[in-house]
Amino acid sequence: MRSGTLKVLFEKETADFIRSRRMGLFLILISLITISGFYAATAGIAEALDSQTINNDFLFLKLFTAGANSIPSYTALMALMGPFIGIFMGFDAINSERSEGTLNRLISQPIYRDNIIISKFLAGLFMISIFVFSSGLLIGAVGLLKTGLVPSSEEVARLLCYLLLCTVYIGFWLATAILCSTVCRHAATSALSCIALWLLCAIFISLVAGILADALYPVSGNDLQSAMNQLGNITLKTGINRLSPYYLFGEAAGILMNPAARTINAVSMTQLVGAISGNLSLGQSLLLVWPHLTAMLAFVALCFGTSYVSFMRQEVRSR
Amino acid sequence: MRKGRCVMNTETEKTEAIVIDGLTKKYGDFTAVDHLDLRIHKGEVFGLLGPNGAGKTTTTLMLLGLTEPTEGRATINGIDCVRESIRVKSAVGYLPDNVGFYGSMTGRENLRFMGKINGLSGEELEQRIDELLQRVNMVDAADKKTSTYSRGMRQRLGIADVLMKDPQIIIMDEPTLGIDPEGVRELMLLIRDLAESDGRTILLSSHQLYQVQKVCDRMGIFVHGRMVACGSLEELGRQINSEGKSTTELSVYPDNIGLQKIFKEMDGINSIEHSSDMYVLRTEYDLRMKLSRELTEKGYTIMHMRQASSDLDEIYRTYFEKEAV
Repeated sequence: MRSGTLKVLFEKETADFIRSRRMGLFLILISLITISGFYAATAGIAEALDSQTINNDFLFLKLFTAGANSIPSYTALMALMGPFIGIFMGFDAINSERSEGTLNRLISQPIYRDNIIISKFLAGLFMISIFVFSSGLLIGAVGLLKTGLVPSSEEVARLLCYLLLCTVYIGFWLATAILCSTVCRHAATSALSCIALWLLCAIFISLVAGILADALYPVSGNDLQSAMNQLGNITLKTGINRLSPYYLFGEAAGILMNPAARTINAVSMTQLVGAISGNLSLGQSLLLVWPHLTAMLAFVALCFGTSYVSFMRQEVRSR
Repeated sequence: MRKGRCVMNTETEKTEAIVIDGLTKKYGDFTAVDHLDLRIHKGEVFGLLGPNGAGKTTTTLMLLGLTEPTEGRATINGIDCVRESIRVKSAVGYLPDNVGFYGSMTGRENLRFMGKINGLSGEELEQRIDELLQRVNMVDAADKKTSTYSRGMRQRLGIADVLMKDPQIIIMDEPTLGIDPEGVRELMLLIRDLAESDGRTILLSSHQLYQVQKVCDRMGIFVHGRMVACGSLEELGRQINSEGKSTTELSVYPDNIGLQKIFKEMDGINSIEHSSDMYVLRTEYDLRMKLSRELTEKGYTIMHMRQASSDLDEIYRTYFEKEAV
């Protein structure tokens, strides 16, 4: 019975997404990300190959990470615009049902109440994964045809890991939006608070991190102290930045898509002495981003858990 | 009769569909429902009447297990409403006031969704949808999007929606609100039919007394979270008369200060309301004979005199005023 109703609700939510007008918006957004990302990559790779500024290893992955001079790369676009997909999906999940008067009709049916919110989250996540994977694989496929780059199996594995990471990242924003939709009575309030949070994560945290780090570990002077502060400054700055899923995602995507990246924290010259430059294997890269993935999953669990609890405790009256 | 009680001792447990014992709901200091006792029999149409904010909706929500009572207990068909709310919800159909549908889906799709949630599928599901659409007279509009529906259509689809799970008990919250008189008449016929032909128990809450009095077997008057009176229309009327209250409408020519003096000096008048050319006298007992004699003696002409009958409105007002004191 329980899984049966969950399935019915899940099907209904998915059908709702597909039939809603919002779907057009999603398609435009995702195709913008895909097309401009792809354009940036083809232009960027050609430029870079001409000027010999990049090594030729893992060129296929450069399709996703390379940006032309003014156009950001696919990964950067995904980090910046991806949240909107999640927010648009979830910001009115619960409160629109409430204001339409369908919520109290729904909860007076013989179903567990949590099935309602779980099905909304799962349906959203399902749609997100379809969007992300189709967009990523499309770039790969067109890239393959256009540039003739043949991906190695490791590149494919890295790409899939990256797309999975994208899904978790956008899933975080979906969970945030569902949380806002549970707490806020009006869809507009909920959408605005989500966007405010997005701005905070994308822009303000890095500003605050810079200011705090410079205040506590000043590095502007020419004396010995400021040289000694360097490490503290950088560590604090990244530490604060990592509170933001936007930064976490950017860092993790960078590691996954660029095997040459060997470290995410500040390292001293002494630590680098004697290191042989080379690419990391996929396993080692995954080891580097594992904390990031865990943190993001924790963010998702936190947001969804909070909205779950608040939804379960809410008294649903008529609109 | 003790206030807050509506229990018939002669009935046995088996014929009782809804049993409420000492049900209480408090929101902080505010008591929405205050020690409510109520028995509703199988196959009965019970009207829960009361002004807005009397606690009617809170009571229905507690019956469905959507809100936890602060105190007391309610069972439906012997099933505890708090502990086994899933079982209660499969036995009870709930029609909220101002029922909403998914606007992007047609009426038929909305019903199909509800049927699937209730575990129906395939041929049985489609058959029931057709049957119910016919019953609520919505066949023509069934394949239109529900966002285009009028209020009356939404209400009718709401009833079909409630009937999808074939409930033994139906709870309706303000079903007549915002529906035109013809729609109300049809709705009342349908409700009567649900009780008589199908043998379903129906609990409906309303503040529109006239519309509801025709369809209810028994009524409970609900004020400030308490049931102040309960019974059939006649029983309620009798309760009032036995308390000796009487209301007389009076129109007299000429309408001057001397007239008001007569009223003030007369024994047995509790209150005087004056609106345009009409006086409404609330009296301890029937004063009509005395009034007409006295007024004629003093040279007044009685244009109109009528004792307000014990209709529901009167009953309602009496209880409401009594409670407000």
